[in-house]
Formats: sequence, structure tokens, C-alpha cells
Amino acid sequence: MTLARRIIPCLDVDAGRVVKGIEFEGLRDMGDPAELAARYNREGADELVVLDISASRQGRATFLDTIRRVAEQMSIPLTAGGGIRTMEEGRAVLLAGADKVTVNTAAVERPALLSELAQQFGSQAVVLSLDVKRKNGSWEAFVRGGKDATGLDAAEWAAEAVLRGAGEILLTSIDRDGTCLGFDCEVTAKIAATVPVPVIASGGASTFDDFLAVFTKGRADAALAASIFHTATRSIVELKKFLAKHGVPVRLSK
Amino acid sequence: MKLAIVDYGAGNLPSVERAFVALGAETERAVSPEQLASAQAIVLPGVGHFSAFVNGLRQRNLTDALRAAFEAGVPILGICLGLQAMFASSEEAPGEPGLGFFQEKVTALPTNVKSPHIGWNQVRRVKESKLLRNIPEDAFFYFAHSYAAPASAQATVAACDHGVSFAAVIEQGRLAAVQFHPEKSGETGARVLRNFLESLA
Repeated sequence: MTLARRIIPCLDVDAGRVVKGIEFEGLRDMGDPAELAARYNREGADELVVLDISASRQGRATFLDTIRRVAEQMSIPLTAGGGIRTMEEGRAVLLAGADKVTVNTAAVERPALLSELAQQFGSQAVVLSLDVKRKNGSWEAFVRGGKDATGLDAAEWAAEAVLRGAGEILLTSIDRDGTCLGFDCEVTAKIAATVPVPVIASGGASTFDDFLAVFTKGRADAALAASIFHTATRSIVELKKFLAKHGVPVRLSK
Repeated sequence: MKLAIVDYGAGNLPSVERAFVALGAETERAVSPEQLASAQAIVLPGVGHFSAFVNGLRQRNLTDALRAAFEAGVPILGICLGLQAMFASSEEAPGEPGLGFFQEKVTALPTNVKSPHIGWNQVRRVKESKLLRNIPEDAFFYFAHSYAAPASAQATVAACDHGVSFAAVIEQGRLAAVQFHPEKSGETGARVLRNFLESLA
């Protein structure tokens, strides 16, 4: 009997469409969120994350509708977030059909938001999104989509967030995000050893070996990736078979 | 037969409802004791904090209605916090009584493992189970919880290990409950819900 390591596809959504950021090009359309969600649900994903990356208020307005459409396709857990500022916004995301809500900037500005959400919905529904950049042998937490430094040490902030009620950490290495250099196993292992809650590693996934490394060296409980799954060049089942072959416990049945 | 899904004001009700509807079941949201009094079968879903849950039931006068349904032998399926609420009490909310269908206490998962226990895990069968019928021994179920009922509870039919052995599936008479989320456990979870529906027939 073993708790399986989770493979989590992520949909970055802008104004109701799944997009991918391409260098020098801006955003490329990757498809309809509900259609992609249905595919991942079918293909053995362990969970799905949907993040609102809309730049405009207009784009944001459609996000709840996107969550509703995605949730209808799901028989696995759904996490949603991106720009959640208040308890009411968190509640709306959960009522639209998400099982968990992620918060980042608003939690840094007002950490009590984490306790309020946890008190109302339980820690298992509260995910701290932690975006980090390496700095002098340590890591600093960033907010506003990785644009603004906070001065907070990532591990210290993660520990505080858990005390306040975060039930999971979605850890993104800004240094690795979009690079295809693999997950930052060092920071993942550091945060995983610091907090008593599961850590989802994100940023930089490209090969199957990257996933193996983040589950072994990085001690991650789950690994998240977007574009490598969207293009469907390699399937989630293939990835899980590879991990199983190398001794990582995964869920292969549906 | 119509399933009364208890609506205590928060939680995972829509996904539970959707999962049953997908299996062809007829459902209604039960918000009043009258609805529970006339229910032929009851589903008690729940996520979040134990005290929010039992308070939500009490404020809607559903606590006694659930106890009456239990005593009348109405089939009830508890999910996650719905399982925990069937016990006498929980460490999560000391002094806050549960429904008391079972006398054991719900306790916090130990600190030597990651908590909440979030993710897909397997279960170990200790007795014949109606809910797990035709489900492979090595199947995975989605868990998301920080507290659990002891595996030693008399009604336990399947246990799970996460730092400690706890009750994953309980069945006793017309009562059934699961600590995992069948509505979030893919095809395996749908099979659990179908087994519950078939047990009503």
C-alpha cells in the first residue's frame, strides 16, 4: 500500500482559452480548457490545475465559467487559482467546482487569508502557490506572476503559510519555468523537508528523467507540467510506466 | 429511488451529485429534516472542518433527522468528513459531538508523515465489502484529509495506512462510509458509487 506520486497537468487560461507563453511571440492558443480537461481525465492524470493568467479584467470575468465547464468533465480533483484576492473570490472558485484554491500574492500581503480559507473550507482545499527565484544560495518568494520580489525567504514563508492553514505547496521555480532544463530539485527538496504538507513541483519539466529526478532527488509529492502534455507528443500513461519501472509509486489504473 | 444528498451549506455537494447523476441516479438536495424523514436513501458528503460540519447540520435541524434515519435503518453513505461525522467525536473539534453512530473517536493523523494525507492511495480489505465489490485489490482512491477514524473501529471493512492504520471503508447494516472521495476517484470511484446504488435495490 503506497501513496502514489501524482502527475498533474496544468492549464494556463487566458480569457477562456488554454494558452502557452512563447518567447518573442506572446501567447499561443492551445485549445479549449474543457476539451483538454476531458482528455487528461481520460488519460490518467491524477489531478488537474487550472490557472487564470488573464491580463485583463475582461479575461478574468470568464474564469469562473471556465472552472464550471472544466469541473463538469472531471472525475479527478481540480485545483484552480490565479489572482485570487479575497475569501469571497476563493469561495466562488470552490463553488464553481474546484476542490482546492491556490493563492499567492494576496496571501503574502495578508497571510490571514490562508487561515480564513482553511477555517471555512479545510486545509486540504488551500494551496499556497509559491514562486521562487534563487538568490545567494537560498531562494526568495516572488509575487504578481513572478514579477515582484517579496524579500521573504521561500522556506520560511512556506513554513509560516502551513502554520496558517495551507494544506499543500505548489512550488514553481521561476528560474526553470519555460526553460526545459528540468525541475529545480534542490529547492523542491529543501521545501519538502521544511513543510509537513505535500509539495507539488513545477517549472522546467521537459523529459521523463526530469520527473524521475524531482520525485527521487527532489522528494516531491507531485509534479506539475503544462506544455509537454498539451502537445500530446508523450502521454501521461507512458510517463507513469517509466516512473513505475524506476521504482516510483504511481497510479496506473483509472 | 431518489437519493437525498445532505446539503449542510458547504462542501463538495455538486461533484457528488454529478457523479451519481452520471450513473443514472435521481438526486435531491436535502436541506430540511422533513426531506430526510421521507428519504429512501441518504448521502452525507463533507469536506472542511469537523465543527463547521456538525454546526451546519445542527443549524438546519438535520442532526436528529439523521439519527432518526439511522435508527429506522435508512441506507446512508458518508463521504470523507461524512464518515468522520458518524463517529462520537473528533480531535479536530474537542467538545463537539458527532452523530455517534459509532462510538470510536476520530483522531489527527500522526506528525511523522505528510498531513493532510492528499493523493491516491490503496486500501487493505479486512472484511467482505459491498462498496468494494468488483474493484481490484490494488485499485487507487483519492484521499484528502488530516483526521481519520481508527482502523480498529468495529465497522471497518477496509483500512488504509498513512503513518497509522485508519478506516478507509466502513459498513455496518445499512450504514456505509468512505474516507476517500469516490466522486474524485475516477472510474474506480464511480464503481464504489454504483455498488452503493446496487445495494439499495
